[in-house]
Amino acid sequence: MTAYRNRPDLVAALVRDDRVHRDLYLSDELFALEQERLFARTWVFLGHASQVPAAGDFVTQEIAGRPLLMVRQPDGAVHVMYNRCAHKGTQLVTDESGNTGRFFRCPYHAWTYKLDGAPLGLPLKNGYEGTQLKACESGQGLSVVKHVKVYRDFVFVRLSDTGPSFEDYFGDVLGALDNMVDRSPEGRLTVGGGVLRNIVHCNWKMYLENINDTVHPMSTHESATKAAEALWEGHAPTDPKPMAMEQILPFGSGYEFFDQMGGRVFANGHSVLGVNFSIHSNYAQLPEYEAAMQAAHGVARAADILQRSPQNSVLYPSLSVKGSPQAIRVIRPLAADCTLIEAWSFRAAGAPALLFERAMSYNRLVFSPVSVVAHDDVHLFESIQKGLRAGGNEWISLHRNHDPAETQQATVTTNGTNELLMRNQFRAWARAMTPEVAA
Amino acid sequence: MNDPRDFIAHEAALLDARRFDDWLALFADDGHYWVPLLGAAQADPFSHNSLAYEDRLLLQLRVERLKNPRAHSQHPASHSQHVLQPSRIEEEGTDDVRLRTPFLYIEARGDDQLLLSGTARHHLIRTPTGWSIREKRVDLLNAARPLPAIQLFI
Repeated sequence: MTAYRNRPDLVAALVRDDRVHRDLYLSDELFALEQERLFARTWVFLGHASQVPAAGDFVTQEIAGRPLLMVRQPDGAVHVMYNRCAHKGTQLVTDESGNTGRFFRCPYHAWTYKLDGAPLGLPLKNGYEGTQLKACESGQGLSVVKHVKVYRDFVFVRLSDTGPSFEDYFGDVLGALDNMVDRSPEGRLTVGGGVLRNIVHCNWKMYLENINDTVHPMSTHESATKAAEALWEGHAPTDPKPMAMEQILPFGSGYEFFDQMGGRVFANGHSVLGVNFSIHSNYAQLPEYEAAMQAAHGVARAADILQRSPQNSVLYPSLSVKGSPQAIRVIRPLAADCTLIEAWSFRAAGAPALLFERAMSYNRLVFSPVSVVAHDDVHLFESIQKGLRAGGNEWISLHRNHDPAETQQATVTTNGTNELLMRNQFRAWARAMTPEVAA
Repeated sequence: MNDPRDFIAHEAALLDARRFDDWLALFADDGHYWVPLLGAAQADPFSHNSLAYEDRLLLQLRVERLKNPRAHSQHPASHSQHVLQPSRIEEEGTDDVRLRTPFLYIEARGDDQLLLSGTARHHLIRTPTGWSIREKRVDLLNAARPLPAIQLFI
């Protein structure tokens, strides 16, 4: 079925000013095209440099359906290569992470490669004399991903040779990563505590748009927030809360709270939700940590860093960031109706252990496969994936606060419940998916 | 129910009967339910994350939520089946006992069925009214792999 591949006009027609067509979530063909046109041509989060601290350390990761290998080099650089032996295609390593020593050795026929992918050796060398091996791809070592950006230790790749530069693609939304890193008095984060992994039987875009959905918590999460409120009833507002209560209770904030937190969109689908405040703004103050931040950054800058606690910052299409608690979610599409969601926690160098506890606690409470908050989200996403197969209406409404003038500027700051933060994602999707039209 | 191995079987039976209030009452005031992300390899709940590390307050939250008709993910409701191997006593003190119980856990909801395997490790303390759970640790075989929603108690 190739209804869309050669018909950019039909793809463009799926994204209207104020609604999108259900095929964005249902079509296997569009999913395959997304891998080529969106995930291979934009900058996608691969991993964090702290995962590979020593030379020879590697992490394997699939992006846009292609197996990749992130490797620390002897000179300290982080390189990314395709995890495929130049000989017959065997994956050089099949563990999720590890250390390969000073070279890679294919387990199948013992072809070896330097850590940068250059060919090192192979058995029965004489058998290749007089052949064309060296002249073709198979003789030139591992295929290297040329477009790799390590931004404050966050590693992004653009698999395609064509596409925007890293800085042009992300622009001002990189401030979200800066804010998380700057929360370390030493300006350094390390991944810690493992990654929580969830399989959700829904399209990845549904998950990503919900990251900007401020109107669902009151109804979707009612059962969890009502239970939390009932358990906490009788306490004065000033009573110190256990960390779990501090993190769960704000989910019950009303429509007005979520509207007033404000949101901002940027070119290419990126956004910051909660530019004014968020459910993360009222975590207990930590005087010693604030003193360390002031010593590192100065009083005014420390205050500026710490008062920013957006709900979610989206680096479209693969990453959602919470500066406080120091946690990210990574969106890894597996099929049109199946998405892997990862929740990572970070340790901030020079910050108290409590900040790391907050990150782990939040991920456990809200993004674990056993989370009572996530249960209702996941159920509803999977319900939508089924509901969209219904006949009749084939459209998803994104009308809230739609203003025809909203596309005239790339960066727009607006109210927190404006569905502009979702429309902006779909507009970026449509541009990426119809390169012939854009050119 | 003086034999702690009978207590373990009773605990699982309460969960499979969805008698969550009665199940929660088995926990000591300082009791915890813990599903480490590294399974049996994990040393403690603080240096590494867990799928769940819950005190009585958070367990109560789960149990209360399940009673709310607007717990959307419970339409239809989930049901569990614990298939336990015989519990083995690992360590026995005067007032406490530690047991390990390999299990299969099946959680069914609508057309979907989930199968998990692992070993439950109970630390029980003796009280005037019988055994009480200080910690139920669930070491899953594959806790760090991608998992679908697990809605009840393993």
